[in-house]
Amino acid sequence: MTTRTLLSPATLARPRGKAVYWTVFTGVVVLFALAFLFPVYWMVTGAMKSPDEIAQTPPTIIPKHWHLSGYTDAWSLMQLPEHLWNTVVQAAGAWAFQLVLCTAAAYALSKLKPAFGKLILGGILATLMVPAQALVVPKYLTAADLPLIHTSLLNSPLGIWLPAVANAFNLYLLKRFFDQLPRDVMEAAEIDGAGKLRILWSIVLPMSRPVLGVVSIFALVAVWQDFLWPLMVFSDTDKQPISVALVQLSQNIQLTVLIAAMVIASIPMVAMFLVFQRHIIAGISAGSTKG
Amino acid sequence: MTRTATRSPVEATAERQVQAPPPAGGRGRRRLIDQARAYAFLIGGLICFALFSWYPAIRAVVIAFQKYTPGSSPEWVGTANFTQVWHDPEFAAAWRNTLVFTLLALLIGFAIPFVLALVLNELRHWKAFFRVVVYLPVMIPPVVTALLWKWFYDPGAGLANETLRFLHLPTSNWSNGTDTALISLVIVATWANLGGTVLIYLAALQSIPGELYEAAELDGASLLQRVRYVTIPQTRFVILMLMLLQIIATMQVFTEPFVITGGGPESATVTVLYLIYKYAFLYNDFGGACALSVMLLVLLGVFSALYLRLTRSGEDDL
Repeated sequence: MTTRTLLSPATLARPRGKAVYWTVFTGVVVLFALAFLFPVYWMVTGAMKSPDEIAQTPPTIIPKHWHLSGYTDAWSLMQLPEHLWNTVVQAAGAWAFQLVLCTAAAYALSKLKPAFGKLILGGILATLMVPAQALVVPKYLTAADLPLIHTSLLNSPLGIWLPAVANAFNLYLLKRFFDQLPRDVMEAAEIDGAGKLRILWSIVLPMSRPVLGVVSIFALVAVWQDFLWPLMVFSDTDKQPISVALVQLSQNIQLTVLIAAMVIASIPMVAMFLVFQRHIIAGISAGSTKG
Repeated sequence: MTRTATRSPVEATAERQVQAPPPAGGRGRRRLIDQARAYAFLIGGLICFALFSWYPAIRAVVIAFQKYTPGSSPEWVGTANFTQVWHDPEFAAAWRNTLVFTLLALLIGFAIPFVLALVLNELRHWKAFFRVVVYLPVMIPPVVTALLWKWFYDPGAGLANETLRFLHLPTSNWSNGTDTALISLVIVATWANLGGTVLIYLAALQSIPGELYEAAELDGASLLQRVRYVTIPQTRFVILMLMLLQIIATMQVFTEPFVITGGGPESATVTVLYLIYKYAFLYNDFGGACALSVMLLVLLGVFSALYLRLTRSGEDDL
């Protein structure tokens, strides 16, 4: 049974209540369809119109002739396979680096009591106060010429992977989760002769599946959706992820082809969302109320 | 993993002996090994934070006082960068646009999700459908959203004007008009992001105990009074939290003006972050870019600190 909300079940059960409810319900369905689904429909079908049809006024709601050439042209003309592959490499690497390094660091801070651990955690949490975008320029200069070793991460996927690790939010999420894990299980394993890495691998990680899932989704979405940082890092056109390539190529390409490319660029994240929507929505809802 | 998994029994016994009083001198070494082990786990993350968070933060402040172009040695110039960007005609425009954008985003992008969440929470059917559909735009890459709306705003065959014509309303210049460009971008940002806000509100609304509404209704509170005296006070914490988050996020807006308007027309949509980008990559003036970054950092740091304090104290309340 649902808990009672603003309106009481009794109000809703009355004939007038029922009429108002169904009117509002229909209104919301229509509004959602128009506001959120229609633009997506317009994009998907727009790519299938002919160049003449897409420029005509008034526009056609349903394409007169369905062309798939927009999609095939986008795939070949805009080198979408390369750019998609670049994005996949960048996102997968950022995910892997974040998962390995943030988990290890969070485990150390939570369970291994390193000297200055409190200070380090404080330093990590302090970065939450620094809005990411305000630091992109000095971050870019650092990536362009790493201190001490003087190499450049520009035009290299490492330029995405390593900065992605410096994610205080994900690290703190992991650390807080590890803090809650029962101590006695780990102590028992230690008495049985398990090393720190073994405890992390065989006890902590299997118990942390939910938080690892959340961090994984956050990490993947963040890289896939990012624009400003990859725009700075990749000046080399062939290495650009799809988000940057789309903007660079949008100037001199036919509208139907560009729209088809936009649809293709959206598919991976939308597909992931539709598959994992329960978890993603639950994660957003839970993250809010608990701070 | 293999190393620790296949440790010799000798090593394991050695570890067990630690619990017994250790021989003199052993404790220090033991502690050192523990520390080395802890830092072995920590080091990768630590290096990344040092390189890409701490060092850039310090460097932003240092470079703000230098004449800096990559390749040549930096030169101290005092506050010259600050006075220079201050006198840039785009400086005032960028701050004004950013503040107006943030205010409009708060007005539009804040009220709409709250009302939507209120209505959605009352609906008994198709709940999963509404949640998925409202979050769908959030999952579309921001660049795609921006390009999509750029096409909608097209003064010729754009969907926005077509709709107005269909409704027999006067058409607009949308993102191409000096007075309408900024609000056009706010609409895009609202469309793209409101899904997340709605979901968070929904979660907050669901945690309100039903008895409160029941009691209010028994006392004769009308629908609006129940919203005013039950819903809003009960969700006050989440409202405040999201408001701060939104201020922080919208003040860093970049993708929409970069992709849709290119800062124009006549710098009507140049934002602070866009100006930072221009200084670095168009003028090759990293000192100016860092001076602007520091200003943005100081302002946003205040809101971030407020937000962190709030979530911390909120946690204590829970």
